[in-house]
Amino acid sequence: MSFADFLGHYNYVVFAVLLMIGFYAVIAKGNLIKKLVGLSIFQSAVFLMYISMNKVDGGTAPILQKDVVDQIYSNPLPQVLILTAIVVGVATLSLGLAIIVRIHERYGSIEERELLDAD
Amino acid sequence: MTIIFSLFLLSLLVVTALAMVRTTNLFVAAMLMSIFSLLMAANFFILDAADVALTEAAVGAGVTTVIFLSALRLTSQHERGPLASGRWIARIVVAVTALLLIYGTLDKPRLGDPNAPVHLHVAPYYLENTDKLMGFPNVVTAVLSSFRGYDTLGEVFVVFIAAVGVMFILDARQGTGPEYEMPEVGLKHHLIPRAVGGLLIPFMLLFGLYVQFHGEYGPGGGFQAGAIVATAFILYALLEGEKTALKAFSRNAQTALIVGGSSLYGAVGVVCMLKGGTFLDYSVLLEDPVAGRQVGIIIIELGVGMAVCGALLSIFHSFAARKPVVQNR
Repeated sequence: MSFADFLGHYNYVVFAVLLMIGFYAVIAKGNLIKKLVGLSIFQSAVFLMYISMNKVDGGTAPILQKDVVDQIYSNPLPQVLILTAIVVGVATLSLGLAIIVRIHERYGSIEERELLDAD
Repeated sequence: MTIIFSLFLLSLLVVTALAMVRTTNLFVAAMLMSIFSLLMAANFFILDAADVALTEAAVGAGVTTVIFLSALRLTSQHERGPLASGRWIARIVVAVTALLLIYGTLDKPRLGDPNAPVHLHVAPYYLENTDKLMGFPNVVTAVLSSFRGYDTLGEVFVVFIAAVGVMFILDARQGTGPEYEMPEVGLKHHLIPRAVGGLLIPFMLLFGLYVQFHGEYGPGGGFQAGAIVATAFILYALLEGEKTALKAFSRNAQTALIVGGSSLYGAVGVVCMLKGGTFLDYSVLLEDPVAGRQVGIIIIELGVGMAVCGALLSIFHSFAARKPVVQNR
């Protein structure tokens, strides 16, 4: 694998590493809020993968320029999918946080171990 | 030059994510999350996704951090150490999966390859026909609101349901009694935040309106505008305290905004059907199909902006108006 190949795939390597950092927090951390932090890293990693796919060499943001001929534009479709996903992401994240707040009020703890012991 | 910059930013993302997972102070994790989002927004911008960068900066770095902090206020700030057992198993699983994922991505076309399959399917159609069919230059807005208008309607409903869910879970109805008493102080006694905030809020609102109504011509649209306007109101609530903020913009008004916004979107679809077209086919709205599409898109973008703004505000107030329960164990 050449160096240029490596540079061309660096985004995807970062995607894989971020995805797994988030996944590690979800499975190995006992704190519920920490699990949600991990989940949002996981989600951001997926966003990064999609947005990396939209890039075209020599392209620019897909906002058409009238007087410029032969301008290359990046792919608008992954951008639309991720744009809406970001807003949905914050809404679902806060739903998770709301459930954690209620768990804390009921059990006085947000550590998985203590919650399992309390039940 | 750009490539060095983007390698640097991507590496910073990994460092920030590692720090987020390692720290045991959840307040630090929330602050790092904000930094992570800002770095992510910069990365999106380098990758030509101006609209997404704007959304990530407004939602990820702004609103998410505030909601996270207000949830931390109601729980605890410190993590009491990870689960002792199974930590090494988790690390091995994660390392093996990471290697498999990296091996899998080697088959993907390299970054920026113009012949990648993703660029050959519907994207050229969108780029060629946006100007012809809609008569405005921002292809992202065109795909979001017209070509793939069904998707966006679904996403708005998801946001709507999530906001209603948070309100139900946190029992955010207005009532009397000690548990509904709202913290009144805010940052009233701090001169500098109040002075600076008071100067900022009008311009934030103005910028939000600009992003809303200029979304067809530049980066922006309902999602970004809703988040920016919500941020302005959240800043007001942080400065003046919950009570004053809710007097200015009541819970009922916020709920009306969510419901009104999402029904406005759906209603445009129904009107299109009544005028003889298919659901969300805006071309039948006016005599001239291009003008009809523009009118339809402006109205549904307004609906999206209203719904997102109302949802984010009501989620914030559900957390902020709740009193922390004092544990006596």
